[in-house]
Amino acid sequence: MTTPDPMEEIRASFFIECEELLESLQDGLTAIDAGDSDPETVNICFRAVHSMKGGAGAFGLDDLVRFAHRYETVLDEVRNGNLALGHDETLLFMRAADVLSDIVRASRDGEDIDTTAFDPTLKELEAIAGSDDEEDDEAAIAFQPMALSLLPIEALQSPLEVSDDAAPPSGVVISFAPEPELFRSGNEPLHLIRALHAVGKTTCECDSSRIPALSDLDPEGAYLSWSIHVDADASEPEIEEAFDFVDGLCDLEIADASSYPAPMAHIPGLPPLPPLESSTASDSEAPAPVVADVTQVTPESPSPRITLTVSDTGTAPPPARNLTPQKPKETSAEGESTPGPAQKPGKPAKQGQASPSPAKATVRVDLERIDRLVNLVGELVINQAMLTQSVAQAGVPPNSPVSQGLEEFMQLTRDIQDSVMMIRAQPVKSLFQRMGRIVRESSSAVGKRVRMVTDGEATEVDKTVIERLADPLTHMIRNAVDHGLEHSQQRVDTGKSEEGTITLSAAHRSGRVVIEVSDDGAGIDRKKVREIAEGKGLVAAGQSLSDSETDGLLFLPGFSTASKVSNLSGRGVGMDVVRNAIQDLGGRVSIASTPGSGTSFSISLPLTLAVLDGMVVNVAGETLVVPLGAIVETLTLRPEDVRSLGRYTRVLQIRESFVPLLDLGTELGYRPPQKTHNGAVVLLIAKDDGEKAALIVDSILEQRQVVIKGLQDSYGRVPGIAAATILGDGQVALILDPVDLMTHAIRRTRPTADALAPTG
Amino acid sequence: MIEREATHPEPTERELLSFKVGEQEYSVDIMSVREIRGWTRPTPLPHAAPFVRGVINLRGTVLPIVDLAKRLGIEVEEASERNVIIVAKVQHQTVGVLVDAVSDILAISESELQQPPEMVADAGTTFVEAITVTQGRMLRILDLDSVLPDTTKDVA
Repeated sequence: MTTPDPMEEIRASFFIECEELLESLQDGLTAIDAGDSDPETVNICFRAVHSMKGGAGAFGLDDLVRFAHRYETVLDEVRNGNLALGHDETLLFMRAADVLSDIVRASRDGEDIDTTAFDPTLKELEAIAGSDDEEDDEAAIAFQPMALSLLPIEALQSPLEVSDDAAPPSGVVISFAPEPELFRSGNEPLHLIRALHAVGKTTCECDSSRIPALSDLDPEGAYLSWSIHVDADASEPEIEEAFDFVDGLCDLEIADASSYPAPMAHIPGLPPLPPLESSTASDSEAPAPVVADVTQVTPESPSPRITLTVSDTGTAPPPARNLTPQKPKETSAEGESTPGPAQKPGKPAKQGQASPSPAKATVRVDLERIDRLVNLVGELVINQAMLTQSVAQAGVPPNSPVSQGLEEFMQLTRDIQDSVMMIRAQPVKSLFQRMGRIVRESSSAVGKRVRMVTDGEATEVDKTVIERLADPLTHMIRNAVDHGLEHSQQRVDTGKSEEGTITLSAAHRSGRVVIEVSDDGAGIDRKKVREIAEGKGLVAAGQSLSDSETDGLLFLPGFSTASKVSNLSGRGVGMDVVRNAIQDLGGRVSIASTPGSGTSFSISLPLTLAVLDGMVVNVAGETLVVPLGAIVETLTLRPEDVRSLGRYTRVLQIRESFVPLLDLGTELGYRPPQKTHNGAVVLLIAKDDGEKAALIVDSILEQRQVVIKGLQDSYGRVPGIAAATILGDGQVALILDPVDLMTHAIRRTRPTADALAPTG
Repeated sequence: MIEREATHPEPTERELLSFKVGEQEYSVDIMSVREIRGWTRPTPLPHAAPFVRGVINLRGTVLPIVDLAKRLGIEVEEASERNVIIVAKVQHQTVGVLVDAVSDILAISESELQQPPEMVADAGTTFVEAITVTQGRMLRILDLDSVLPDTTKDVA
């Protein structure tokens, strides 16, 4: 790329836009695949590809242009109804979208694009399109970034001094009122009008009536509008094409001149027309009502006519998109662009490119800034805790203004923290879309037909979690395709549909995010798992294992059930890596499998990696934090509820059930098993699968939010410990991972003669 | 320029921070030292190596503390307020090294450094990169990389 520096930024935002476009393309294709037959959906796909092509042209990304162009051509065929869209075509389109995203990424990173990689898809696209004169078209779209040249108004008018008053009532009448956005994005009406001129003889009239006095003039505003009569029997799509790159950036209306000769007469003498005059006058003073005015005026405008509003679709939308009272924002904010008489006020097509819901105003922010903010808020929380502690130590009465102020401060801190965390939250949709691609690629690699169903795409998770979840999830999806689902024939034999289904779902569940990958395959072959585990010496022969314990063997390092090593999975680095990655995120993964009907992997993750509601407890003189989410209940330990079970172990009777008793101090190696635990408190903790344990702690200090500080960077994994935090007194306290603790627990609570030395 | 030369040793010279562990004198390259802190009680880490004393709060970050005496197998009194923590940066990691006392900053020419003689019995436990003699005392130059726990090195 020979782009100068200022272009870099534009280029960067082009690629960000590409990501969004790719996303909407994927959405559209998924909808089509799910049976959406709305022509608008195809249009969305077309527009996405088209916009990428346009941008790519501007940056000289030839490969991207070439592919997008071909892709677009095929989509156009579909759009025009020349090509029926079946399942296979949709799949091809999805593959093409994958290739397109590869090219976009390679272009962004300035990598060489491996044309051989996308040629096959290109050929396939050509094959179904019956490609023709693509070379010509390519020339047509070679569009250069242009500088915004502010020519005098005369100059804008003069090149087309074809002001022919005796315009015949044939041809096409275009009314074109650019918005400031159009100029900002580097477009130039002159070029557009010239392009029209190339189509046919053009009569152009510039309406400069809306130019305000110099003192009121916004130098970046758009005050001119044009009324163009093209004397051509050119079909409208060609004319629309000229405006393709500015759609949504202007008020544009194209109408067949012959269908309404009456207004034609007005055009040469355009400014100003009677009904508009009042509104033009009021324009600068009271912008907001103008739109309303026009909305009312328009119905009175002369003679019914066939109106074709060029919307984003570039194709014929429902006619006469009229009288939509528009948010006054765009039209009025700059006191410009009062719609001319030949225009309708609304331009609803501008927003909501992909979704019917109105686009929300968003700001792109550097992630680093957010991280900084998150860190600062973390410090704020610690500071607030320190302050609370010192106020308490100073013996200030609880109802004094200081304490009350502090209370409010605490509330505010919490609110700020929640809000900041929300900034980092992102819907899992982008992640799921990437997984869609994995499903497509891996299913074609193993020759299975697989459909992916997603659910809960809008579930929001911390951005870091999303990023770090991609790898493990990819692995799980591949596993599901490769091992989980049976081959088509086998499926048919067992009475299932030939096409396998993989369901990817996300949901919030009690303060955590649960992501599930399930397949409708054969389920885990526990006998085989067992054999392999025994064969590899992972489990002793004859050892009795429950079903869930057997399933858990899959997570052992070096386990692989695939009898054949495929290039997809089965290299023996699998689920253990997945589990570690998820544990690093403070998450857990569990399996549920029903023979014959499928397997479901469930990942449970914390909502955020930055804060946690915890219970601060004291054990053997150490202060620890237990995540509140893991605690089912707390109770005082009554000696009569404790029962000895084995030589070293005890259980606790809670109502009618018995729960293994763990001494936190012993488990962490702080102290040997104790004879008695007088006055101790028990925290009842539960795993996701319902397994419970009673954790003995000496006392509960308080319940509060803590800022999570990672330990992982300093040490490998510390069993039973998730992270650390800094308490109000500046001391570091460790945050417990109760589930991990339960898994690794030695469960020794009875002291013996040869008392176990602390394992620390 | 003159001042610059004054503050920067010749390339062949190394500036070392020397400190005491028990009765022995060690030193580390001063460029790896970030700061020296007084004693703070570390929060012990369960199941950690015996020489990892735990973690402390260093202005909001969690800093692991390595007890050098334990690591080197030197008998010392139990750590107390008189001990200091040298905060050092090793590769991409910051670590606190617990020592008895910091004594001096020395500029030692490279040519004065000598390889430690091979001591089979101490193999793998000396962590000494080089030794030198200064004012009649033996100064051991510590290889901080190898002092750190293995897991740390894996991460870094």
